[in-house]
Amino acid sequence: MSVRSEETVKREAPDAGGHGAPASGAVAAGPRWWRNESAEGMWRNLGLVGVLLALFAIGAIIRPDLYSNIDWVTNNMMVILTQAAAIGVVTVGMTFVIIGGGIDLSVGALIALSGVWATTVATQSFGPAGMIFTAIAVGVGAGLVNGLLIAYGRLVPFIATLAMLVAARGLAAAISGKQTQVSGDQFINSLAKERVLGVPLLVIILLVVAGLGWVLLNRTTFGRRTVAIGGNAEAARLAGINVRGHTMLLYALSGLCCGIAAIMLTSLATSSQAAAAELYELDAIAAAIIGGTLLSGGRGTIVGSLFGVIVFSAITNLFAIANLPTEVQNMVKGAIIVVAVLIQQLRFSSVTQFARRHGLSRPKAGTQQQT
Amino acid sequence: MSEQVVDSADVVLRLSDVVKTFPGVRALDGVELEVRAGEVHCLLGQNGAGKSTLIKVLAGVHRPDSGRVEWLGEQVEFSGPQAAMKAGIATIYQELDLVDYLTVAENIYLGHEPRSFGFVHKGQAARQAAELLGRLGHGEIPAGRMVKSLPAAGKQIVSMARALSHSAKLIIMDEPSAVLAHDEVDNLFRIIRELTAQGIAVVYISHRLEEIREIGDRVTVLKDGRTSAVNLPARSTPTRDLVSRMTGRSIEYVFPERPNTAPGERLLEVRGLGRSGEFTHVDLDVHAGEIVGIAGLVGSGRSEVLETIFGARQAEAGTVVMNGKTLPPGNVAAAVRAGIGMAPEERKSQALLLGEPIYRNMTLTTFPGYATAGFTDAGKEQSEALRVADQLELRPRDVRRAVRTLSGGNQQKVVVGRWLLGDTRLLILDEPTRGVDVGARAELYQVIRDLAANGVGVLLVSSEVPEVLGLSDRVLVMREGRVVRSAPATELNEEDVLDLVMAGSLTAATTEEVAA
Repeated sequence: MSVRSEETVKREAPDAGGHGAPASGAVAAGPRWWRNESAEGMWRNLGLVGVLLALFAIGAIIRPDLYSNIDWVTNNMMVILTQAAAIGVVTVGMTFVIIGGGIDLSVGALIALSGVWATTVATQSFGPAGMIFTAIAVGVGAGLVNGLLIAYGRLVPFIATLAMLVAARGLAAAISGKQTQVSGDQFINSLAKERVLGVPLLVIILLVVAGLGWVLLNRTTFGRRTVAIGGNAEAARLAGINVRGHTMLLYALSGLCCGIAAIMLTSLATSSQAAAAELYELDAIAAAIIGGTLLSGGRGTIVGSLFGVIVFSAITNLFAIANLPTEVQNMVKGAIIVVAVLIQQLRFSSVTQFARRHGLSRPKAGTQQQT
Repeated sequence: MSEQVVDSADVVLRLSDVVKTFPGVRALDGVELEVRAGEVHCLLGQNGAGKSTLIKVLAGVHRPDSGRVEWLGEQVEFSGPQAAMKAGIATIYQELDLVDYLTVAENIYLGHEPRSFGFVHKGQAARQAAELLGRLGHGEIPAGRMVKSLPAAGKQIVSMARALSHSAKLIIMDEPSAVLAHDEVDNLFRIIRELTAQGIAVVYISHRLEEIREIGDRVTVLKDGRTSAVNLPARSTPTRDLVSRMTGRSIEYVFPERPNTAPGERLLEVRGLGRSGEFTHVDLDVHAGEIVGIAGLVGSGRSEVLETIFGARQAEAGTVVMNGKTLPPGNVAAAVRAGIGMAPEERKSQALLLGEPIYRNMTLTTFPGYATAGFTDAGKEQSEALRVADQLELRPRDVRRAVRTLSGGNQQKVVVGRWLLGDTRLLILDEPTRGVDVGARAELYQVIRDLAANGVGVLLVSSEVPEVLGLSDRVLVMREGRVVRSAPATELNEEDVLDLVMAGSLTAATTEEVAA
């Protein structure tokens, strides 16, 4: 708590120093759209679009043959988006959890558990509706358990969801008997092959989930509470907001996204297994972070997270078409996460403060040496 | 001035015209300080006078905006706490900065362990630590013991041993007696005397005048970020003088006139409220249109009482009745529904979302009310926020700006505005003018008085006695968790209240009688 408040003080120092109390009134009279918070997010998203364009250009340079035909290019883009679909849905839920000041390490395990549970022989006998219902119910239920442990059991989110990660993988292995469970349901299996106006259905599901997530975050009281709790939980509590109840709902929402993603992955593989969606939690967190979501909570955008997921997917694709090993790919991903966070910090310490500190310290250091 | 020239050889630290500003407030506004080797120099001042900021400047935590800091005759600017420590200035904070799960020796030598090739000489560290503890007369504290298991007094000794391990020439002690029992204070004084006998200078901060008289050599008084008196003799300066230097104002605050109307019906009825270790048997009433002020020091239980009434802390004893309804203990949402609002002490950490726009901060309690089926209505929120912003004369008028960019006074208006948007009948204000500059204070006073005139009951706490007296209709004085006096504001004067507020002041005996 104290660490965060100190950070806050540091962050605001340049702002307040820039214009004193009387001047600020005059400054504020004009339009200030460029300082608008959402505009700031827009610039960041433009940056990510720039990264995507750069990746596209690199692809065109190293594999000109693949980029010579417009159909192949569109097709490849759809491959990128399809690969981003399930992880993208999970990232939407993760974005809510992180903005709300938490973290969910259990998402990969919850996908596996939901997928396995939805593809048992018993569940499959209820048909596609039964399978979808089961996947979502398992995801939401496990998310609620996370939420209960964190909000009412006062466990640190990291620990509670880490425990859920281990336990859910174990339960999934127990249910499946460590076997791959083939989905015999034609409807479920056809989802991944379906296209609407040339766009894969899985991509459309991602866009719908992201769209709903955007509305939920930016236009509803639920979203407002999320931002308030993540930004300053104590202030939210003292304003009369039910912090615990809402925190629990955030993890349930993340669980819901895992349930949806489990169906999408089952459809892609026409099967489920306990080892599915491994390390999805790290990919989802990384995507949210490079999309501009503050790991300490209180700020983040769905659009940014979406771009984050697509950037990762595009990198994977680039390495695949260039026939480079996945080891290199993982190293590049790691580097991108570091660079994104460095940029984020630079924004907060702000260039002006950086310059001022150096402008101040140099002459003073000199005097100290002389005396 | 002539006296300073004579003793200049002994002066280890000299501050002249030191200024330090934070957003919206000048915490230090031209401070002078002169500390000689081997003396106990006391800093006296009310809360918010700038004592903590001054300590942090000396400790290298803050850098002054302007002014000179001379240490051992040379002008210095410390790049950070380590630099100050290296130069020989050690600070013992009120909240001791020890690592609980390290041993006594490890804490003493934290960051400068005796070592070669990166390996710590544990035995040597332990021996040297034991030696330092012995020098402080506390050889009985085992150097290998976990710091967590020590009582507060023991931790303080460890902090002092750490200062000695840096061969400090100046030790700053921030209210060291606040955590100690009576006999432990005697022991502290003995240690301080031994330190000063070795030529070490001590800057001693305390609210307790009797301690300053016993241990202090000279006194510097701070008021509103300025030094109102320097180098007064600690033993012979009359109490009245010290108190008036702390309270006499360079700028007279203008308090709005009290209306002659009698207060309305009773809004809040608190009976026998208590929390162990914080406060006991607190009774108070607030009527519609009445301003009730609580005077008391930090640690007197005043803020805790407010937070307990609001439900932010769970009451262990007693009842809170609002509008005839008993509130469930520890339930903020119920208190808000009953019409209670609170502007907490720490605006930034307890009340505001600094990166969010003004209007969203103002509607933090009421936004579900403007929403339709869960969908927020930003336009309506903005127009409602703007209405209240105009009522409070918030500047700037643009409610879409981030709260971070506002001055302290305007940030406070945002917090108050939050409750004006709702149906708030009782407003609890904890230190409403902390970090608020002088001009904005008068406006806030007027806002509070206007609220009362509109039938809102106000319960406020302030460390500044003149503020409590000038603003309130009725005043409660709290000390060490109890209400020691309750009277109409017109029947009290500033110096009497200060006497009541300061534990162990010269009139302590009469205070006890009043309480009984």
